[in-house]
Amino acid sequence: MKPRGPRALASAFAGYFVLVFFALVFLYPFVIQIATSLKSEPDAAAHPLSPVPSPLSLAGYERVFAHTDLPLWLGNSLLVTVVLTVGRVLLDSMAGYALARLRFRGRRAIAAGIVAIMAVPGVVLFIPKFLVLNQLGLYDSYTALVLPVICDAAGVFIMRQFFVSVPPTVEEAARVDGAGIFRTFWSVVLPMARPALITLTVISFQGAWNEFPHTLVAVQSPELFTLPRGLADLVSGSLGKGTQYPVKLGAALLATIPVAVVFVVFQRYFVRGANEGSEKG
Amino acid sequence: MTGRRPGAAREQLAGWLFVAPVVVILGLFMVAPILMALWVSLTGWNGQGSPFRAGVPFVGADNYTRLFTEEGLARRDFMTSVRNNAYYVAIVVPLQTVLALGLALVVNARLLRGRTFFRAAFFFPSVTSSVAISVVFLFVFANSGAVNGLLALFGVDGPQWFADSRGLLHLLLGATGLVDPDAPPAALTGGGPFGLSWWEWLSGPSVAMTTIIMLVVWTTSGTFMLMFLAALQDVPVTLEEAAMLDGAGRWGVFRHVTLPLLRPTTFLVVTLGLIATWQVFDQIYVMSQGNPAKTTLTPAFLSYQTAFRSFDYGSGTAISFVLFAVIVLLTLLQRLVMRDRRAS
Repeated sequence: MKPRGPRALASAFAGYFVLVFFALVFLYPFVIQIATSLKSEPDAAAHPLSPVPSPLSLAGYERVFAHTDLPLWLGNSLLVTVVLTVGRVLLDSMAGYALARLRFRGRRAIAAGIVAIMAVPGVVLFIPKFLVLNQLGLYDSYTALVLPVICDAAGVFIMRQFFVSVPPTVEEAARVDGAGIFRTFWSVVLPMARPALITLTVISFQGAWNEFPHTLVAVQSPELFTLPRGLADLVSGSLGKGTQYPVKLGAALLATIPVAVVFVVFQRYFVRGANEGSEKG
Repeated sequence: MTGRRPGAAREQLAGWLFVAPVVVILGLFMVAPILMALWVSLTGWNGQGSPFRAGVPFVGADNYTRLFTEEGLARRDFMTSVRNNAYYVAIVVPLQTVLALGLALVVNARLLRGRTFFRAAFFFPSVTSSVAISVVFLFVFANSGAVNGLLALFGVDGPQWFADSRGLLHLLLGATGLVDPDAPPAALTGGGPFGLSWWEWLSGPSVAMTTIIMLVVWTTSGTFMLMFLAALQDVPVTLEEAAMLDGAGRWGVFRHVTLPLLRPTTFLVVTLGLIATWQVFDQIYVMSQGNPAKTTLTPAFLSYQTAFRSFDYGSGTAISFVLFAVIVLLTLLQRLVMRDRRAS
């Protein structure tokens, strides 16, 4: 056998070196973002790498709040995100339950249709979605922002997979006690689905908060902009030509914070959601 | 089963009530749009009024043939976008797969301290807003940004990332001295398929596209790392230990034991990557809008631009249907192979 000590030590050291290097690569842009949002403009231009603002300046944030529509975007994002998250969790789990557990004509066809819809790439739907919204007279309204994305095929699929794994005896007991189908679903099965519900809530929240392309084709009035849309406009629009990095990065940071908080608190549900992707199909 | 009969009708009704909202919404906003778009792609609709009015010119397959066979700007732009996206795919997919696997392997080590922290650190960029993160990268790669600041520390004068339309392959050929990028050989500029010269096809990604490539590899590796990690945790430890006892080195164990067991996941990561990279849009929209010199134009962005900026909805939808076909093919391939794997 080869001498183990020094070699193991060296490989552990190399392992940590790689890890720390990549952790820096993955996290330092966020450090730069936070620092730059607190810098003065000349400082941001002169010391782009420095993690310490000198002097510390809140001018960027003042500008964001006073001279852009950011408060409005925040409000819209909040509203849209809450409605979308609640809608997706409720509608996806109802459909998921029906597809997993209730026997009705056409169930197989619908399940197959949902799997097929998951394969439809989002970007090819830009123009089509606009066409439908236009045709229905919904274009450029809150309804347009919310209704087309209030349920999603992937969420239905996740919930269906979960309900399939719940032992049917629980429901049978409830039914013997005289509970109707909706009651059984609402007060017996749904509470059991807590882990799946939290996963779906967390990924729905993240998806809704970050949603960008849909807002591009659903609305055009600045009063209906959500945070990502407003931010994209801020970067490419009036401020686009100038540098103004503290302002832009401050606004970008405000768009990142809610998801970051949810991520830190509910990390394992994000992980579950990500791996759910590998289960589908 | 026998006791259920009386409730069967109610179950039937409840089932439909439960799926109705999802069926209506997905039907209205996923299925119907595709059929409407198919019609629009055969017309010259300019966005005024309804595309189903009598006055809308029907052009048949013209919108499609202009993309492939007719000489002109439509084909030129489309083929440029295909070239750009092809280079993008060819670099992003292998890079993110290898990086994700590498990170998963290190983070999977049993003796590692702070595993959860490192996993979270690598995964975090994947959950943030693509728009917000694109804004950050605009600054990181700005002329006076962090990357050029870092390069300056090593005495390198960094490029003007977002303004540089030079292709990497062209630069590489220039550096070897084989070809002068400013005066490419006539054999390559003379002709080529689909209206672009061979020289144009062989540009490689532009410097500007390279920044978007780096951004995307950086944001997506975390998600794929988690997939590899989940698969690695299913690899039986005893199998690796047995191989070690048989005298296999670390590399040997990895090559002959671990890697083959990871094959389904690798295939999944590669195909999911292929499907996603052909759809790149948000980053292009925020960072470059297809500039400079159309070297970051992609089919997804071009279809958006053609429809919503030039009001040529027919061409725009035609481009998105070509893209649709590409992605559906990739998805079918993935489903097919995964099903075989699962069955065997």
